[in-house]
Amino acid sequence: MGISNTFGITGSALSAQSIHIDAIAKNMANSQVVSGTEAGAFRARRPIFASMLNSSFEMSSSARSSSMNSRFGESNIAGVKVSRMEESRSPIEKQQMPGNPLADAEGYVYLSNVNLVEEMAHMMQASRNYQSNIEVLNTSKQLMLRTLTLGSS
Amino acid sequence: MGVIDNALGIYPKALSFRSQRSAVLAGNIANSDTPGYKAKDYNFRDALKSSSDSFSVGLRTTNSGHQGSSISEDFGPLLYRVPSKETINGNTVESDVEQAAFSENAVRYQTTLQFLSGTISGLRLAIKGQR
Repeated sequence: MGISNTFGITGSALSAQSIHIDAIAKNMANSQVVSGTEAGAFRARRPIFASMLNSSFEMSSSARSSSMNSRFGESNIAGVKVSRMEESRSPIEKQQMPGNPLADAEGYVYLSNVNLVEEMAHMMQASRNYQSNIEVLNTSKQLMLRTLTLGSS
Repeated sequence: MGVIDNALGIYPKALSFRSQRSAVLAGNIANSDTPGYKAKDYNFRDALKSSSDSFSVGLRTTNSGHQGSSISEDFGPLLYRVPSKETINGNTVESDVEQAAFSENAVRYQTTLQFLSGTISGLRLAIKGQR
């Protein structure tokens, strides 16, 4: 319990945020992709986070009875996971481009709905979040190491 | 075990509380992007009260695999933090508040460690009778 749980919680947040950054990179890389059909156009994808109860990532949870869990109040402490990826619902823009080999019968191609400015804003948020979790990890590590040397002086 | 626990006073319990609180605050920071997540924290007064109430009560051992302990781990209820601003997705984590609380908690943890190692060196001195 306690600080050793912190590593699990923070680790789950780091992996969730790296999935977020990954998704942003894919969106930005595909922002210029055009398609011949509206259904085939690239849509920005974004992860939806959900909290994950502590017992689901704690190794020793099976050894602990549920009454003890509620006594520790640990079942309330949660890490984070990516529950699903959602596609952006903003409209797909079509452009008249008869020379494009992908154009449909009327000469239209369909652009992706990735908004680069929005993606940048999300990236900054994800990176700030990642950094604060790293900070938590470092602090917890220091506290843990100091606790290990307790009474040895 | 009882003698040593009494000799160390409230510090082991304080350390345990600080470490549990650090996990709660880490959970808040981890969930700062989760829709609908509500930030939680302990009230120190409740924690102090429930641990001094249960000072002499050990952990119940209902199974042969359980380990008894004279330190109770009851820190009172986890409460929801009242946010200072609203968010559109119902998340009440304010990163700056949580980070400040986490650092404060870390400093207090270290302080408790310091007190504890002072007590331990005092005990050593008493056992050995010399420096």
